[in-house]
Amino acid sequence: MSVPRYWREIPRRTRLETVKCSECGTVAYPPRARCGKCGSSNFENYRLPEKGRLVTFTIVRNPPKGFEKMPPYIIGVVRLEDGTIITSQLTDVEPEDVSVGMEVEAAFRKVVEDGDSGIIQYAIKFRPVVK
Amino acid sequence: MRKVAIIGTGMTKVDKHWRKSLKELFGEAGIAALNQTGSPAIDCLIVGNMCASDLSDQNNIGALLADYLGFVPNTAYRVEAACGSGGAAFLAAYSAVASGMYDVVMTGGVEKLTDGVGGNTTLSLGKAADAEYELFYGSSFVSLNAMIMRYYMDHYGVPREAFADFAVLMHRNGSRNPFAQLPFEIKRETVLNSDMISDPITLFDCAPVGDGAAALILCPLEDAKKYSDDFVEVAGISGATDTINIASRESLLSFRSTVTAADRAYRMAHISPADIDVAEIHDTFTITGVLSLEDLGFCERGKFHKMMMNGAFEPGGVVAVNPSGGLKSRGHPVGATGAYQIAELFLQLTGRAGKMQVPDASIGLAQNIGGSGSSTYVTVLRRV
Ligand SMILES: [Zn+2]
Repeated sequence: MSVPRYWREIPRRTRLETVKCSECGTVAYPPRARCGKCGSSNFENYRLPEKGRLVTFTIVRNPPKGFEKMPPYIIGVVRLEDGTIITSQLTDVEPEDVSVGMEVEAAFRKVVEDGDSGIIQYAIKFRPVVK
Repeated sequence: MRKVAIIGTGMTKVDKHWRKSLKELFGEAGIAALNQTGSPAIDCLIVGNMCASDLSDQNNIGALLADYLGFVPNTAYRVEAACGSGGAAFLAAYSAVASGMYDVVMTGGVEKLTDGVGGNTTLSLGKAADAEYELFYGSSFVSLNAMIMRYYMDHYGVPREAFADFAVLMHRNGSRNPFAQLPFEIKRETVLNSDMISDPITLFDCAPVGDGAAALILCPLEDAKKYSDDFVEVAGISGATDTINIASRESLLSFRSTVTAADRAYRMAHISPADIDVAEIHDTFTITGVLSLEDLGFCERGKFHKMMMNGAFEPGGVVAVNPSGGLKSRGHPVGATGAYQIAELFLQLTGRAGKMQVPDASIGLAQNIGGSGSSTYVTVLRRV
Protein backbone atom coordinates (compact mmCIF):
# COMPACT_ATOMS: atom_id res chain seq x y z
CA MET A 1 0.00 0.00 0.00
CA SER A 2 1.31 3.47 -0.86
CA VAL A 3 2.25 5.74 2.05
CA PRO A 4 -0.23 8.55 1.14
CA ARG A 5 -3.06 6.05 0.80
CA TYR A 6 -2.33 4.62 4.24
CA TRP A 7 -1.72 8.07 5.79
CA ARG A 8 -5.04 9.54 4.56
CA GLU A 9 -7.10 7.07 6.61
CA ILE A 10 -5.13 7.36 9.87
CA PRO A 11 -7.69 9.57 11.69
CA ARG A 12 -10.48 7.05 11.09
CA ARG A 13 -8.61 3.80 11.45
CA THR A 14 -6.41 4.66 14.44
CA ARG A 15 -8.41 7.29 16.35
CA LEU A 16 -12.01 6.46 15.34
CA GLU A 17 -12.51 10.04 14.15
CA THR A 18 -15.38 10.45 11.73
CA VAL A 19 -18.31 12.77 11.00
CA LYS A 20 -21.89 13.33 12.11
CA CYS A 21 -24.61 14.99 10.01
CA SER A 22 -25.24 18.55 11.26
CA GLU A 23 -28.88 18.40 10.12
CA CYS A 24 -30.17 15.03 11.35
CA GLY A 25 -27.40 13.78 13.63
CA THR A 26 -26.72 10.56 11.70
CA VAL A 27 -23.17 9.31 12.26
CA ALA A 28 -21.35 8.30 9.10
CA TYR A 29 -18.52 5.79 9.43
CA PRO A 30 -16.60 6.03 7.19
CA PRO A 31 -17.39 9.66 6.26
CA ARG A 32 -19.70 10.37 3.29
CA ALA A 33 -20.02 13.43 1.03
CA ARG A 34 -23.81 13.50 1.58
CA CYS A 35 -25.89 12.11 4.42
CA GLY A 36 -27.62 8.87 3.37
CA LYS A 37 -30.58 9.74 5.63
CA CYS A 38 -31.40 13.39 4.90
CA GLY A 39 -29.19 14.41 1.94
CA SER A 40 -27.38 17.17 3.80
CA SER A 41 -23.72 17.77 3.03
CA ASN A 42 -23.06 19.61 6.31
CA PHE A 43 -21.09 17.47 8.73
CA GLU A 44 -19.27 18.08 11.98
CA ASN A 45 -16.36 16.11 13.39
CA TYR A 46 -17.29 13.28 15.67
CA ARG A 47 -15.31 10.71 17.63
CA LEU A 48 -16.75 7.23 17.98
CA PRO A 49 -16.98 5.60 21.43
CA GLU A 50 -14.31 2.98 22.12
CA LYS A 51 -16.56 0.35 23.64
CA GLY A 52 -19.25 -1.84 22.18
CA ARG A 53 -20.62 -5.35 21.74
CA LEU A 54 -19.80 -7.99 19.16
CA VAL A 55 -22.66 -8.41 16.65
CA THR A 56 -21.17 -11.23 14.57
CA PHE A 57 -17.76 -12.63 13.66
CA THR A 58 -15.88 -15.14 11.58
CA ILE A 59 -12.54 -16.90 11.72
CA VAL A 60 -10.61 -16.44 8.49
CA ARG A 61 -8.81 -19.62 7.44
CA ASN A 62 -8.33 -18.84 3.74
CA PRO A 63 -6.81 -15.34 3.82
CA PRO A 64 -6.44 -12.86 0.97
CA LYS A 65 -2.97 -11.98 -0.35
CA GLY A 66 -0.88 -10.14 2.24
CA PHE A 67 -2.48 -11.95 5.18
CA GLU A 68 -1.04 -15.42 4.49
CA LYS A 69 1.02 -15.44 7.69
CA MET A 70 -1.89 -14.39 9.89
CA PRO A 71 -4.62 -17.11 9.98
CA PRO A 72 -6.61 -18.10 11.76
CA TYR A 73 -7.58 -14.54 12.63
CA ILE A 74 -10.95 -13.14 13.65
CA ILE A 75 -12.96 -10.52 11.76
CA GLY A 76 -15.85 -9.01 13.68
CA VAL A 77 -18.70 -6.54 13.36
CA VAL A 78 -19.03 -4.41 16.49
CA ARG A 79 -21.95 -2.22 17.58
CA LEU A 80 -20.40 0.69 19.50
CA GLU A 81 -22.09 2.32 22.46
CA ASP A 82 -23.61 5.07 20.27
CA GLY A 83 -25.09 2.50 17.88
CA THR A 84 -22.51 2.94 15.11
CA ILE A 85 -21.50 -0.37 13.57
CA ILE A 86 -17.93 -1.02 12.47
CA THR A 87 -15.90 -3.88 10.97
CA SER A 88 -12.42 -4.71 12.27
CA GLN A 89 -10.33 -7.55 13.63
CA LEU A 90 -10.64 -8.93 17.13
CA THR A 91 -7.41 -9.16 19.09
CA ASP A 92 -6.02 -10.52 22.37
CA VAL A 93 -8.47 -13.45 22.23
CA GLU A 94 -8.43 -17.02 20.94
CA PRO A 95 -11.09 -18.01 18.37
CA GLU A 96 -12.72 -20.51 20.77
CA ASP A 97 -13.26 -17.77 23.39
CA VAL A 98 -15.17 -15.41 21.10
CA SER A 99 -18.95 -15.15 21.47
CA VAL A 100 -21.65 -12.96 19.96
CA GLY A 101 -22.75 -10.24 22.37
CA MET A 102 -19.46 -10.05 24.25
CA GLU A 103 -18.24 -6.64 25.42
CA VAL A 104 -15.25 -5.33 23.49
CA GLU A 105 -13.08 -2.22 23.53
CA ALA A 106 -10.73 -0.50 21.07
CA ALA A 107 -7.05 -1.47 21.07
CA PHE A 108 -4.30 -0.04 18.85
CA ARG A 109 -2.63 -2.92 17.00
CA LYS A 110 -0.60 -3.86 13.94
CA VAL A 111 -2.71 -5.15 11.07
CA VAL A 112 -0.15 -6.23 8.48
CA GLU A 113 3.35 -5.52 7.16
CA ASP A 114 4.01 -4.74 3.51
CA GLY A 115 6.86 -7.22 3.04
CA ASP A 116 10.40 -6.55 4.27
CA SER A 117 10.72 -2.91 3.26
CA GLY A 118 7.14 -1.61 3.07
CA ILE A 119 5.10 0.22 5.68
CA ILE A 120 3.72 -1.44 8.79
CA GLN A 121 -0.02 -0.83 8.91
CA TYR A 122 -1.75 -0.12 12.21
CA ALA A 123 -5.39 0.31 13.16
CA ILE A 124 -7.92 0.00 15.94
CA LYS A 125 -8.88 -3.60 16.60
CA PHE A 126 -11.24 -4.76 19.36
CA ARG A 127 -10.41 -6.87 22.40
CA PRO A 128 -12.64 -8.38 25.07
CA VAL A 129 -13.28 -6.13 28.07
CA VAL A 130 -11.66 -7.79 31.08
CA LYS A 131 -13.70 -7.35 34.23
CA MET B 1 -39.16 3.66 -24.68
CA ARG B 2 -39.23 0.72 -27.06
CA LYS B 3 -40.05 -2.82 -25.92
CA VAL B 4 -36.99 -5.06 -26.01
CA ALA B 5 -36.55 -8.74 -26.90
CA ILE B 6 -33.79 -11.27 -26.42
CA ILE B 7 -33.37 -13.12 -29.71
CA GLY B 8 -30.41 -15.41 -29.10
CA THR B 9 -27.94 -16.66 -26.55
CA GLY B 10 -24.71 -18.61 -26.29
CA MET B 11 -22.83 -20.07 -23.36
CA THR B 12 -19.68 -22.01 -22.68
CA LYS B 13 -19.66 -24.73 -20.07
CA VAL B 14 -18.47 -23.22 -16.79
CA ASP B 15 -15.16 -24.91 -16.06
CA LYS B 16 -11.48 -24.48 -15.43
CA HIS B 17 -10.72 -23.73 -19.08
CA TRP B 18 -6.92 -23.97 -18.96
CA ARG B 19 -6.62 -24.03 -22.77
CA LYS B 20 -8.87 -21.02 -23.45
CA SER B 21 -8.20 -17.32 -22.93
CA LEU B 22 -10.65 -14.60 -21.93
CA LYS B 23 -11.34 -13.57 -25.52
CA GLU B 24 -11.62 -17.14 -26.76
CA LEU B 25 -14.26 -17.88 -24.14
CA PHE B 26 -16.37 -14.87 -25.04
CA GLY B 27 -15.76 -15.55 -28.73
CA GLU B 28 -17.26 -19.02 -28.34
CA ALA B 29 -20.39 -17.71 -26.59
CA GLY B 30 -20.73 -14.77 -28.98
CA ILE B 31 -20.48 -16.90 -32.13
CA ALA B 32 -23.09 -19.32 -30.74
CA ALA B 33 -25.49 -16.41 -30.16
CA LEU B 34 -24.80 -14.97 -33.63
CA ASN B 35 -25.40 -18.34 -35.28
CA GLN B 36 -28.83 -18.55 -33.65
CA THR B 37 -29.94 -15.20 -35.02
CA GLY B 38 -28.69 -15.19 -38.62
CA SER B 39 -25.56 -13.25 -37.68
CA PRO B 40 -27.02 -9.72 -37.62
CA ALA B 41 -24.76 -6.63 -37.62
CA ILE B 42 -24.01 -5.80 -33.98
CA ASP B 43 -24.36 -2.04 -33.39
CA CYS B 44 -22.95 -2.18 -29.88
CA LEU B 45 -21.28 -4.69 -27.55
CA ILE B 46 -21.66 -4.23 -23.77
CA VAL B 47 -19.88 -6.89 -21.76
CA GLY B 48 -19.67 -7.59 -18.03
CA ASN B 49 -16.37 -8.55 -16.44
CA MET B 50 -14.84 -8.12 -13.01
CA CYS B 51 -11.32 -9.48 -12.71
CA ALA B 52 -9.55 -9.20 -16.09
CA SER B 53 -7.38 -6.26 -15.04
CA ASP B 54 -6.17 -8.18 -11.95
CA LEU B 55 -5.86 -11.70 -13.31
CA SER B 56 -5.32 -11.33 -17.07
CA ASP B 57 -3.51 -7.94 -17.05
CA GLN B 58 -6.16 -6.72 -19.46
CA ASN B 59 -8.40 -3.67 -19.39
CA ASN B 60 -10.33 -2.22 -22.34
CA ILE B 61 -12.27 -5.45 -22.72
CA GLY B 62 -14.82 -3.79 -25.04
CA ALA B 63 -12.27 -3.11 -27.76
CA LEU B 64 -10.53 -6.45 -27.20
CA LEU B 65 -13.72 -8.42 -27.78
CA ALA B 66 -15.09 -6.19 -30.56
CA ASP B 67 -11.81 -6.77 -32.38
CA TYR B 68 -11.87 -10.55 -31.76
CA LEU B 69 -15.49 -10.88 -32.90
CA GLY B 70 -15.13 -8.61 -35.95
CA PHE B 71 -17.39 -5.80 -34.69
CA VAL B 72 -14.82 -3.02 -35.28
CA PRO B 73 -15.53 -0.05 -35.69
CA ASN B 74 -18.79 -0.28 -33.75
CA THR B 75 -19.31 0.75 -30.12
CA ALA B 76 -18.06 -1.57 -27.39
CA TYR B 77 -17.42 -1.22 -23.69
CA ARG B 78 -17.19 -3.14 -20.44
CA VAL B 79 -19.42 -2.75 -17.39
CA GLU B 80 -18.08 -3.63 -13.95
CA ALA B 81 -20.24 -4.19 -10.89
CA ALA B 82 -18.28 -7.02 -9.24
CA CYS B 83 -20.29 -10.29 -9.37
CA GLY B 84 -23.19 -8.20 -10.69
CA SER B 85 -21.30 -7.15 -13.83
CA GLY B 86 -23.32 -9.41 -16.13
CA GLY B 87 -26.65 -8.12 -14.83
CA ALA B 88 -25.42 -4.53 -14.97
CA ALA B 89 -24.20 -4.99 -18.55
CA PHE B 90 -27.61 -6.43 -19.46
CA LEU B 91 -29.35 -3.39 -17.93
CA ALA B 92 -27.09 -1.08 -19.97
CA ALA B 93 -27.80 -3.09 -23.14
CA TYR B 94 -31.54 -3.06 -22.46
CA SER B 95 -31.43 0.72 -21.97
CA ALA B 96 -29.43 1.14 -25.19
CA VAL B 97 -32.09 -0.68 -27.23
CA ALA B 98 -35.14 0.66 -25.37
CA SER B 99 -33.95 4.25 -25.79
CA GLY B 100 -33.55 3.87 -29.54
CA MET B 101 -29.83 4.60 -29.39
CA TYR B 102 -28.91 1.18 -30.87
CA ASP B 103 -30.97 -1.49 -32.64
CA VAL B 104 -29.03 -4.73 -32.28
CA VAL B 105 -26.88 -5.05 -29.18
CA MET B 106 -24.78 -7.96 -27.95
CA THR B 107 -24.32 -8.18 -24.21
CA GLY B 108 -23.12 -10.85 -21.83
CA GLY B 109 -20.23 -11.49 -19.55
CA VAL B 110 -16.88 -13.22 -19.41
CA GLU B 111 -14.57 -14.21 -16.60
CA LYS B 112 -11.20 -15.96 -16.60
CA LEU B 113 -10.52 -16.67 -12.93
CA THR B 114 -8.04 -19.50 -13.45
CA ASP B 115 -5.43 -17.11 -14.83
CA GLY B 116 -5.01 -15.87 -11.24
CA VAL B 117 -2.12 -17.26 -9.22
CA GLY B 118 -2.26 -18.11 -5.51
CA GLY B 119 -4.02 -15.57 -3.29
CA ASN B 120 -4.50 -13.19 -6.24
CA THR B 121 -7.92 -14.62 -7.10
CA THR B 122 -9.18 -14.31 -3.50
CA LEU B 123 -7.84 -10.76 -3.36
CA SER B 124 -9.37 -9.82 -6.69
CA LEU B 125 -12.81 -11.17 -5.75
CA GLY B 126 -12.54 -9.42 -2.39
CA LYS B 127 -12.32 -6.07 -4.15
CA ALA B 128 -16.11 -6.12 -4.40
CA ALA B 129 -16.01 -4.96 -0.77
CA ASP B 130 -14.79 -1.65 0.70
CA ALA B 131 -11.02 -1.65 0.19
CA GLU B 132 -10.25 0.81 3.00
CA TYR B 133 -12.74 -0.30 5.63
CA GLU B 134 -13.21 -4.03 5.03
CA LEU B 135 -10.33 -5.48 2.99
CA PHE B 136 -7.81 -3.42 4.96
CA TYR B 137 -8.51 -5.56 8.02
CA GLY B 138 -8.00 -8.83 6.18
CA SER B 139 -11.65 -9.46 5.37
CA SER B 140 -12.23 -11.61 2.33
CA PHE B 141 -15.44 -11.87 0.33
CA VAL B 142 -16.20 -15.16 2.11
CA SER B 143 -15.60 -13.74 5.58
CA LEU B 144 -18.11 -10.90 5.14
CA ASN B 145 -20.78 -13.38 4.07
CA ALA B 146 -19.79 -15.74 6.88
CA MET B 147 -20.55 -12.98 9.39
CA ILE B 148 -23.96 -12.48 7.76
CA MET B 149 -24.62 -16.23 7.94
CA ARG B 150 -23.72 -16.45 11.63
CA TYR B 151 -25.96 -13.46 12.37
CA TYR B 152 -28.85 -15.07 10.46
CA MET B 153 -28.45 -18.40 12.27
CA ASP B 154 -28.38 -16.67 15.67
CA HIS B 155 -31.31 -14.39 14.86
CA TYR B 156 -33.76 -17.01 13.58
CA GLY B 157 -32.37 -20.05 15.36
CA VAL B 158 -31.90 -21.76 11.99
CA PRO B 159 -29.48 -24.70 12.24
CA ARG B 160 -26.40 -24.92 10.08
CA GLU B 161 -27.76 -28.11 8.43
CA ALA B 162 -30.59 -26.14 6.82
CA PHE B 163 -28.04 -24.30 4.67
CA ALA B 164 -26.41 -27.59 3.69
CA ASP B 165 -29.79 -28.75 2.37
CA PHE B 166 -29.93 -25.70 0.10
CA ALA B 167 -26.60 -26.77 -1.44
CA VAL B 168 -27.94 -30.32 -1.85
CA LEU B 169 -30.92 -29.02 -3.84
CA MET B 170 -28.69 -26.84 -6.03
CA HIS B 171 -26.43 -29.79 -6.87
CA ARG B 172 -29.44 -32.03 -7.63
CA ASN B 173 -30.61 -29.37 -10.11
CA GLY B 174 -27.16 -28.80 -11.54
CA SER B 175 -26.60 -32.51 -12.17
CA ARG B 176 -29.02 -32.05 -15.12
CA ASN B 177 -27.19 -29.04 -16.58
CA PRO B 178 -24.71 -29.78 -19.41
CA PHE B 179 -23.08 -26.37 -18.83
CA ALA B 180 -22.56 -26.82 -15.07
CA GLN B 181 -19.11 -26.78 -13.54
CA LEU B 182 -20.07 -29.19 -10.74
CA PRO B 183 -22.80 -31.37 -12.30
CA PHE B 184 -23.04 -33.93 -9.52
CA GLU B 185 -25.26 -34.64 -6.54
CA ILE B 186 -24.03 -34.21 -2.99
CA LYS B 187 -25.26 -35.16 0.48
CA ARG B 188 -25.83 -32.95 3.47
CA GLU B 189 -22.66 -34.45 5.00
CA THR B 190 -20.64 -33.36 1.96
CA VAL B 191 -21.30 -29.75 2.98
CA LEU B 192 -20.94 -30.26 6.73
CA ASN B 193 -17.67 -32.19 6.43
CA SER B 194 -15.98 -30.06 3.78
CA ASP B 195 -13.11 -27.71 4.71
CA MET B 196 -13.93 -24.72 6.90
CA ILE B 197 -13.20 -21.57 4.90
CA SER B 198 -14.51 -18.84 7.18
CA ASP B 199 -16.74 -20.00 10.05
CA PRO B 200 -19.49 -21.06 9.62
CA ILE B 201 -19.01 -21.22 5.82
CA THR B 202 -17.44 -24.42 4.52
CA LEU B 203 -16.16 -25.13 1.02
CA PHE B 204 -19.50 -26.59 -0.15
CA ASP B 205 -21.44 -23.51 0.98
CA CYS B 206 -19.43 -21.61 -1.66
CA ALA B 207 -19.83 -21.28 -5.40
CA PRO B 208 -16.78 -22.76 -7.13
CA VAL B 209 -14.09 -20.72 -8.89
CA GLY B 210 -14.34 -21.18 -12.64
CA ASP B 211 -14.17 -19.62 -16.08
CA GLY B 212 -17.01 -18.97 -18.46
CA ALA B 213 -18.75 -16.68 -20.89
CA ALA B 214 -22.35 -16.10 -21.91
CA ALA B 215 -23.64 -13.85 -24.68
CA LEU B 216 -27.09 -12.47 -25.43
CA ILE B 217 -28.41 -10.54 -28.42
CA LEU B 218 -31.11 -7.90 -27.93
CA CYS B 219 -33.22 -5.96 -30.39
CA PRO B 220 -36.53 -4.05 -30.41
CA LEU B 221 -39.42 -6.48 -29.75
CA GLU B 222 -41.14 -5.45 -32.97
CA ASP B 223 -38.08 -6.53 -35.01
CA ALA B 224 -37.46 -9.81 -33.18
CA LYS B 225 -39.18 -12.03 -35.79
CA LYS B 226 -36.71 -10.87 -38.42
CA TYR B 227 -33.90 -12.63 -36.60
CA SER B 228 -35.36 -15.64 -34.84
CA ASP B 229 -38.52 -17.65 -34.22
CA ASP B 230 -37.55 -18.04 -30.59
CA PHE B 231 -37.47 -14.80 -28.63
CA VAL B 232 -38.59 -13.53 -25.24
CA GLU B 233 -39.62 -10.11 -24.00
CA VAL B 234 -37.77 -8.19 -21.29
CA ALA B 235 -40.86 -7.37 -19.23
CA GLY B 236 -39.26 -5.73 -16.20
CA ILE B 237 -35.78 -4.69 -15.18
CA SER B 238 -34.07 -2.67 -12.49
CA GLY B 239 -30.86 -2.21 -10.55
CA ALA B 240 -30.40 -0.93 -7.01
CA THR B 241 -27.65 -0.34 -4.47
CA ASP B 242 -26.86 -0.54 -0.77
CA THR B 243 -23.88 0.70 1.27
CA ILE B 244 -20.54 -0.69 0.07
CA ASN B 245 -19.59 -1.95 3.54
CA ILE B 246 -21.93 -4.31 5.33
CA ALA B 247 -21.48 -2.63 8.73
CA SER B 248 -23.26 0.53 7.49
CA ARG B 249 -26.47 -1.39 6.67
CA GLU B 250 -29.72 -1.03 8.56
CA SER B 251 -29.94 -4.82 8.71
CA LEU B 252 -27.71 -7.78 8.00
CA LEU B 253 -30.79 -9.98 7.50
CA SER B 254 -31.79 -8.59 4.11
CA PHE B 255 -30.12 -7.13 1.05
CA ARG B 256 -31.98 -3.87 0.51
CA SER B 257 -30.61 -3.66 -3.03
CA THR B 258 -32.43 -6.88 -3.94
CA VAL B 259 -35.69 -5.79 -2.29
CA THR B 260 -35.61 -2.45 -4.11
CA ALA B 261 -34.58 -3.79 -7.53
CA ALA B 262 -37.15 -6.60 -7.36
CA ASP B 263 -39.94 -4.27 -6.31
CA ARG B 264 -39.24 -1.95 -9.26
CA ALA B 265 -38.91 -4.82 -11.75
CA TYR B 266 -42.16 -6.42 -10.54
CA ARG B 267 -44.01 -3.12 -10.94
CA MET B 268 -42.59 -2.54 -14.39
CA ALA B 269 -43.71 -6.03 -15.47
CA HIS B 270 -47.09 -5.67 -13.65
CA ILE B 271 -46.54 -8.90 -11.75
CA SER B 272 -46.06 -10.11 -8.18
CA PRO B 273 -43.57 -12.73 -6.93
CA ALA B 274 -46.35 -15.36 -7.11
CA ASP B 275 -46.52 -14.97 -10.91
CA ILE B 276 -42.96 -16.17 -11.44
CA ASP B 277 -42.56 -19.71 -12.74
CA VAL B 278 -38.78 -20.00 -12.74
CA ALA B 279 -36.07 -17.94 -11.06
CA GLU B 280 -32.31 -17.91 -11.35
CA ILE B 281 -31.12 -16.38 -8.09
CA HIS B 282 -27.70 -15.35 -6.85
CA ASP B 283 -26.38 -17.95 -4.39
CA THR B 284 -22.68 -17.13 -4.13
CA PHE B 285 -22.90 -18.77 -0.72
CA THR B 286 -25.81 -20.76 0.68
CA ILE B 287 -26.66 -17.78 2.92
CA THR B 288 -26.81 -15.51 -0.13
CA GLY B 289 -29.29 -17.88 -1.78
CA VAL B 290 -31.47 -17.97 1.34
CA LEU B 291 -31.52 -14.17 1.76
CA SER B 292 -32.36 -13.86 -1.92
CA LEU B 293 -35.37 -16.20 -1.62
CA GLU B 294 -36.66 -13.94 1.15
CA ASP B 295 -35.76 -10.60 -0.44
CA LEU B 296 -37.45 -11.58 -3.72
CA GLY B 297 -40.67 -12.38 -1.83
CA PHE B 298 -40.62 -16.16 -2.38
CA CYS B 299 -40.74 -17.12 1.29
CA GLU B 300 -41.29 -15.79 4.78
CA ARG B 301 -38.13 -14.67 6.60
CA GLY B 302 -36.41 -17.37 8.61
CA LYS B 303 -38.76 -20.08 7.26
CA PHE B 304 -37.04 -21.28 4.09
CA HIS B 305 -36.02 -24.72 5.29
CA LYS B 306 -39.44 -26.29 5.82
CA MET B 307 -40.72 -24.83 2.55
CA MET B 308 -37.67 -26.05 0.69
CA MET B 309 -37.97 -29.59 2.08
CA ASN B 310 -41.65 -29.58 0.99
CA GLY B 311 -40.62 -28.85 -2.60
CA ALA B 312 -41.64 -25.18 -2.67
CA PHE B 313 -38.61 -24.24 -4.77
CA GLU B 314 -38.93 -27.01 -7.34
CA PRO B 315 -41.18 -27.30 -10.42
CA GLY B 316 -44.80 -27.53 -9.24
CA GLY B 317 -43.99 -25.60 -6.05
CA VAL B 318 -44.07 -21.87 -5.32
CA VAL B 319 -41.35 -21.13 -7.86
CA ALA B 320 -38.71 -23.32 -9.51
CA VAL B 321 -35.45 -21.94 -8.14
CA ASN B 322 -32.18 -22.34 -10.03
CA PRO B 323 -32.98 -25.29 -12.30
CA SER B 324 -29.47 -24.62 -13.66
CA GLY B 325 -27.96 -25.50 -10.30
CA GLY B 326 -27.35 -21.86 -9.50
CA LEU B 327 -23.96 -20.41 -8.69
CA LYS B 328 -23.39 -23.36 -6.36
CA SER B 329 -23.45 -26.06 -9.04
CA ARG B 330 -23.59 -24.38 -12.46
CA GLY B 331 -20.68 -22.26 -11.23
CA HIS B 332 -19.95 -18.59 -10.76
CA PRO B 333 -17.72 -17.03 -13.42
CA VAL B 334 -18.32 -13.78 -11.57
CA GLY B 335 -18.77 -11.11 -14.24
CA ALA B 336 -20.54 -13.60 -16.52
CA THR B 337 -22.94 -15.05 -13.94
CA GLY B 338 -25.72 -12.51 -14.53
CA ALA B 339 -25.57 -13.27 -18.25
CA TYR B 340 -25.73 -17.05 -17.64
CA GLN B 341 -28.84 -16.57 -15.52
CA ILE B 342 -30.63 -14.67 -18.28
CA ALA B 343 -29.44 -17.10 -20.98
CA GLU B 344 -30.76 -20.02 -18.90
CA LEU B 345 -34.14 -18.32 -18.51
CA PHE B 346 -34.21 -17.74 -22.27
CA LEU B 347 -33.84 -21.51 -22.75
CA GLN B 348 -36.57 -22.16 -20.16
CA LEU B 349 -39.06 -19.74 -21.71
CA THR B 350 -38.43 -21.00 -25.25
CA GLY B 351 -38.83 -24.63 -24.10
CA ARG B 352 -35.27 -25.66 -24.89
CA ALA B 353 -33.87 -26.27 -21.42
CA GLY B 354 -33.66 -30.06 -21.91
CA LYS B 355 -33.51 -32.03 -18.66
CA MET B 356 -33.67 -28.75 -16.71
CA GLN B 357 -36.97 -27.71 -18.34
CA VAL B 358 -39.61 -26.32 -15.97
CA PRO B 359 -42.97 -27.34 -17.52
CA ASP B 360 -44.97 -24.42 -19.02
CA ALA B 361 -42.56 -21.76 -17.81
CA SER B 362 -43.79 -18.40 -19.07
CA ILE B 363 -42.38 -15.82 -16.63
CA GLY B 364 -38.77 -15.94 -15.44
CA LEU B 365 -36.73 -13.84 -13.04
CA ALA B 366 -32.96 -13.36 -12.80
CA GLN B 367 -31.37 -11.80 -9.74
CA ASN B 368 -27.69 -10.93 -9.94
CA ILE B 369 -25.86 -9.46 -6.93
CA GLY B 370 -22.65 -7.42 -6.93
CA GLY B 371 -20.57 -7.59 -3.77
CA SER B 372 -22.21 -8.67 -0.53
CA GLY B 373 -25.49 -7.08 -1.57
CA SER B 374 -24.09 -3.65 -2.41
CA SER B 375 -25.76 -3.81 -5.82
CA THR B 376 -28.42 -6.04 -7.35
CA TYR B 377 -29.83 -6.32 -10.87
CA VAL B 378 -33.23 -7.95 -11.36
CA THR B 379 -34.60 -8.88 -14.77
CA VAL B 380 -38.05 -10.30 -15.52
CA LEU B 381 -38.52 -12.12 -18.83
CA ARG B 382 -41.83 -13.12 -20.44
CA ARG B 383 -42.55 -15.75 -23.05
CA VAL B 384 -44.03 -14.11 -26.13
ZN1 LIG C 1 -28.51 13.79 7.83
